[in-house]
Amino acid sequence: MAEPLLRVTGLEVHFPIRSAFLRRRTGTVRAVDGVTLEVARGETLALVGESGCGKTTTGKAILRLIEPSGGSIRFGGEEIAHHAPRRLAPFRQRMQIVFQDPYASLNPRMTVGGILAAPFEIHRIGDARDRADRVAELLRLVGLPPDAARRYPHEFSGGQRQRIGIARALALRPELVIGDEPVSALDVSIQAQIINLMKRLQAELGLAYIMISHNLAVVSHVADRVAVMYLGRVVETAPREALFFDARHPYTQALLSAVPEPVPGRRRARQVPQGDVPSPARPPSGCHFHPRCPLAIPRCAQEAPDSRIIAPGHAVACHLVSP
Amino acid sequence: MIAGATLPEDAGALAVETPLLSVRDLMLHIPVPPHVLRAVDGVSFDLHRGETLGLVGESGSGKTLTALTLMRLLEPPLDHLPRGEVLLDGADVMQLSETRMSALRGRAMSMVFQEPMTSLNPVMTVGRQIAEPLMRHLGLSGAAASARAEEMLRLVGIPDPARVRRAYPHLLSGGMRQRAMIAIALACRPSVLIADEPTTALDVTVQAQILELLAELQREMGSAILLITHDLAVIAETAHRVAVMYAGRIVEEAPVAALFAAPRHPYARGLLASIPRIERRPAPTLPEIPGMVPSAAERPRGCAFMPRCGRAISGCAAEPPPLAPLAPGHRVACWNPVDG
Repeated sequence: MAEPLLRVTGLEVHFPIRSAFLRRRTGTVRAVDGVTLEVARGETLALVGESGCGKTTTGKAILRLIEPSGGSIRFGGEEIAHHAPRRLAPFRQRMQIVFQDPYASLNPRMTVGGILAAPFEIHRIGDARDRADRVAELLRLVGLPPDAARRYPHEFSGGQRQRIGIARALALRPELVIGDEPVSALDVSIQAQIINLMKRLQAELGLAYIMISHNLAVVSHVADRVAVMYLGRVVETAPREALFFDARHPYTQALLSAVPEPVPGRRRARQVPQGDVPSPARPPSGCHFHPRCPLAIPRCAQEAPDSRIIAPGHAVACHLVSP
Repeated sequence: MIAGATLPEDAGALAVETPLLSVRDLMLHIPVPPHVLRAVDGVSFDLHRGETLGLVGESGSGKTLTALTLMRLLEPPLDHLPRGEVLLDGADVMQLSETRMSALRGRAMSMVFQEPMTSLNPVMTVGRQIAEPLMRHLGLSGAAASARAEEMLRLVGIPDPARVRRAYPHLLSGGMRQRAMIAIALACRPSVLIADEPTTALDVTVQAQILELLAELQREMGSAILLITHDLAVIAETAHRVAVMYAGRIVEEAPVAALFAAPRHPYARGLLASIPRIERRPAPTLPEIPGMVPSAAERPRGCAFMPRCGRAISGCAAEPPPLAPLAPGHRVACWNPVDG
């Protein structure tokens, strides 16, 4: 079988915990603890989970914006987890990111034209005139007027700024775009505009997306496949429909049951897990979910379950789920 | 002041008795030369005992400023700008002296904010923050207030309340902090609780617990809740009635079931349609509301939604439509409402 665009195997990102005094290392946060996933060309993989599950760290480690502590990242068939910055440069053009906060991620002192031309300057692509043409093309692509190039980020609304962030990510014609909660900061009526834009761009440009989000309803509209993370590990991966309608991991089921529905009177019998997500600095033993899991058995506290394939494309890491 | 009222079982059905809180033509117009920002622009609603009214709107719609105005929590120089009436059990809150207002805040009316970390006092133990209003408002002794603080922490579902009572806020997780905040707000059994995006900063599994908790405490204490949120799904599951705000005004108000079944204002309809839902076969594109919310300075003279509205008619530009009744309990501010 052809190699997927991206194949991540056993990815780990560990952060040291240091004491306030003398900065001595007193522990380790395993923010990403052995994550394996694949993304094919042109498809959308959603990475979902609650705060502290490691979804954003996973995304940043794939882009090498955070150094992985272990594991393999193959992009377009080449191992890039250990590439030095110079060898990484061509891959940086092929993978881009769109951030959550369109207010914080655009330089307020640069015009939008300057922001969009910067990637060409950094990678020494084209002359001034080519760049102006490319900027105009990018603005058209994301539905902004041509005169936006002369204006500054503060002159735009949140939704328009997110369009600018998307245009910047697309400047170098990447094959993979990681969206880190790209619509979470936007109002509902604007959120729909940006989701539709991202889907149109994917169809037009053949992009692959990794969509990082805590919002399962949004994910259900954009994803081809979904990976659910809990405290640094992937607990379930499945095609979109199987994940939303035939979830097998107790955490995925709890997460889905907690999503409020815009239907009055449809307050289902929830199986919401008790308590909060534990701190990733002190994850529970065995299966990280076991203290909140209604089905936990003694084995769950002792042994972390391996991920097993239970149907085509559907993998679950739970001692209680069998094919 | 507030009577210790007897409370109905099902407040949602009640619309005839005298409201507990009655807001009339509330305005907050902020002069920013050469403009006047009409942040809150003639808001009127009633809140009944034991009921939850959802106030929903997007950023800049004026929902949080409405809440801060009701609580008289606006800071100078905004504090003397509000106009209108806020009748709490018949007395106009807007006319009270600051001294009488402080006696009422936390006792008759209290508020829960979105981000508990910025609204809890970081250098005071959680227990002390619950006990303080009990001593001040209800004259409890220190020991009695401490005991009651522990009981409140247990009530809001905090495990090991004896330990948490002595803890400082930064030691608690986000969900536990929001529970502590609710314990503080409800300590004096207020008749009105204003909850401003109480679960927006929380994870979805914790959100479900907190919403469940608020509903339970409401059944037990009979407080009326004004639930402010941008999330229509939260409203659908928790509120009895809903008021939709746009650009400083209420554009539609109805029982929750009626609004979700057949929204009559084009904005409310667009907003409902644009929420993504988990479906087996989602449509390839989500319905959008074109354009964006006008800034308070650029707001049109007539209906503020007109530039984004597919149903605009010639009269819409001239004058903002009044909030007029269409059916019992259902009011809409639109010159050309959608058919029911």
